[in-house]
Amino acid sequence: MEPSTCLIYDGTFHGLLTCVYTAFEEKLVVNNILPPGTPQTDMFAENMEVFTDEAKAKRVWQGFQKYATPRGQNAIYYAYLSELPKIELDILRYFQHTFKFKTSVDGDLANNHILNIAQTAKKVAREKHRMEAFVRFQLTKDNIYFSNIEPDFNVLPIIEKHFTSRYSDQQWIIYDLKRKFGLYYDLQETRVIHIDFSKNLSSLEEKEHLFDASEIEFQQLWKKYFEATTIKSRINTRLHHQHVPKRYWKYLSEKNPLHN
Amino acid sequence: MMFERIKEKLEILADAAKYDVSCSSSGSKRRNKNKGLGNSDGMGICHSYTQDGRCVSLLKILLTNHCIFDCAYCVTRRSNDIKRAAFKVQEVVDLTINFYRRNYIEGLFLSSGIFKDADFTMERLIRVAKKLRLEENFNGYIHLKSIPGASDELMREAGLYADRLSVNIEIPTISGLKKLAPEKNHSDFIKPMNKVKNEIIQYNSEKKLIKSTPKYAPAGQSTQMIVGASGESDREIMLSANYYYKNYNMKRVYYSGYVPISNDPRLPSLGSQVPMLRENRLYQTDWLMRFYGFDVNELLNQQFPNLDVEVDPKLSWALRNQHQFPVDVNSAEKEMLLRIPGVGLKSAHKIVQARRFRKLNFDHLKAIGVALNRARYFIICDSRGWETRDLAPSKIKSLILRNSVGKFRKEYSSQLSLF
Ligand code: SF4
Repeated sequence: MEPSTCLIYDGTFHGLLTCVYTAFEEKLVVNNILPPGTPQTDMFAENMEVFTDEAKAKRVWQGFQKYATPRGQNAIYYAYLSELPKIELDILRYFQHTFKFKTSVDGDLANNHILNIAQTAKKVAREKHRMEAFVRFQLTKDNIYFSNIEPDFNVLPIIEKHFTSRYSDQQWIIYDLKRKFGLYYDLQETRVIHIDFSKNLSSLEEKEHLFDASEIEFQQLWKKYFEATTIKSRINTRLHHQHVPKRYWKYLSEKNPLHN
Repeated sequence: MMFERIKEKLEILADAAKYDVSCSSSGSKRRNKNKGLGNSDGMGICHSYTQDGRCVSLLKILLTNHCIFDCAYCVTRRSNDIKRAAFKVQEVVDLTINFYRRNYIEGLFLSSGIFKDADFTMERLIRVAKKLRLEENFNGYIHLKSIPGASDELMREAGLYADRLSVNIEIPTISGLKKLAPEKNHSDFIKPMNKVKNEIIQYNSEKKLIKSTPKYAPAGQSTQMIVGASGESDREIMLSANYYYKNYNMKRVYYSGYVPISNDPRLPSLGSQVPMLRENRLYQTDWLMRFYGFDVNELLNQQFPNLDVEVDPKLSWALRNQHQFPVDVNSAEKEMLLRIPGVGLKSAHKIVQARRFRKLNFDHLKAIGVALNRARYFIICDSRGWETRDLAPSKIKSLILRNSVGKFRKEYSSQLSLF
């Protein structure tokens, strides 16, 4: 058996691309690629730390672009954002498959790695779409429209464009509580921010202090609207839950308004 | 804003608008320019779902529920003893903008009872849209209901500000309309539809020459039919839908299962079931017509005037046309792949892609997303097995039903559902 290697990278997309480069360059048999802090399982693999190298990452990507369709390129990036364990290895296989056949392989769904990438990308795309739908802005006293989210996948980088082009005349923040970073649009540009939430904002008093007086009114109007549009004789709770999974309710003002 | 008063109005006027099912916000491209508010990017977003499982994408309200008419199937009808209210133009504008800024909605769907006459009412609807576009620099989606009988000039103006216009035909047959809405004329519905159609045609030809031609109803027009209020067959409904698609360039026809709202001898009595499964089947048929290359007469005809409730219309068609099967998945034209029960638009596309790399077998097809529980009775692929069995249609049907009864019976939805 050939010795196999486990690559450790910094968790960034460029880091992952550098891993792909390294695997080719050094003709490694890679059996895993792990972000930092992941416990090791395979005792027989040799560990190797890969340092992110922008130039190498770029070369891999440019080489890939020669063959892959925009859809395939998207799929790779989306799959990476899923943060699912072992997805890095599928990504590596996807690159290897592409470079071997020197053509777009995203149609080869009978290949397990390709299929897994396609399916994962689809899940991430679905959550991207859901976040574009389920973000609920609340107007703060500083005139910033603020929203918290906790998506399963790391979708902030791919919803940025949507919100920036849609809400270009208001300041807004979308903050991912799980990953502890957010986007802030200041009427000029959108950038990444980090906020210290050490102060707990749970009591109504604190919320009223933070949010504009009209905010509660509009949330009530929205809730009223939401209730008034339901046709009682057609209620279908199962379908409702399927469309709006409960894990998102916490941040939906129609389900969970400020005054509650 | 006077929040308390608005809350009351919203309750009344959203409640009355909820029976209108055309809530989609897709099909329009309106770019956000000069750092304004909002855009319409072609793909609708459902921001929430009501407890009955319908998507909430637009603020859907009536401008007023006062009405001079008395259509039997409508809650807003003159003779109904209900609370009445009317929004001011500015109130609708404020609500739309504030909901939009909070990312609750994709835009506005504004309909109305008829205040005084058609034009008086239409003119107000247009004022709302105009204010949103010109004063608020709003690029979100706007759908205006056209009031039957509204003048050509107003229909022209409406299309300059709205993304979509609709006239609800409501009752699929002329005779049904006579019975349930005797004060209304079929021609009152047709006139604004015709105007909108002609304006769109004209816009499309002018745009080719002059780039700056102002947009006219970029998402086209739609209409709605109430199902199960006037005793027509599925065939009559779909022939009527087909007629509107063909002759008036409809983007969508919506089907709305009649929800009993009064004890009128002309209508199904209070407490009768909303025909949700039937509604679902009609939507499936509609999709087969628009995206799968089926002619309405293949699905419904003299011999089969009504859709099968037990199985979806494509499967029902396949069972009646067994001579067209089995289809070889590895070589058939895409048009024929689309006719296989259990193969949707996406999986047909994926089959075409994937078979370039290798011959596909059942496992591959399953991985791609084909619903093999239905498809396997109608295909040949790189696996042996089912194709050798010569089963009668009734046998196939019962085999399929046995495995999917729960799913078929429970999944009622006014949105389309899976094939
Ligand atoms: S004209 Fe329209 S609002 Fe008035 S009763 Fe008839 S359907 Fe209802």
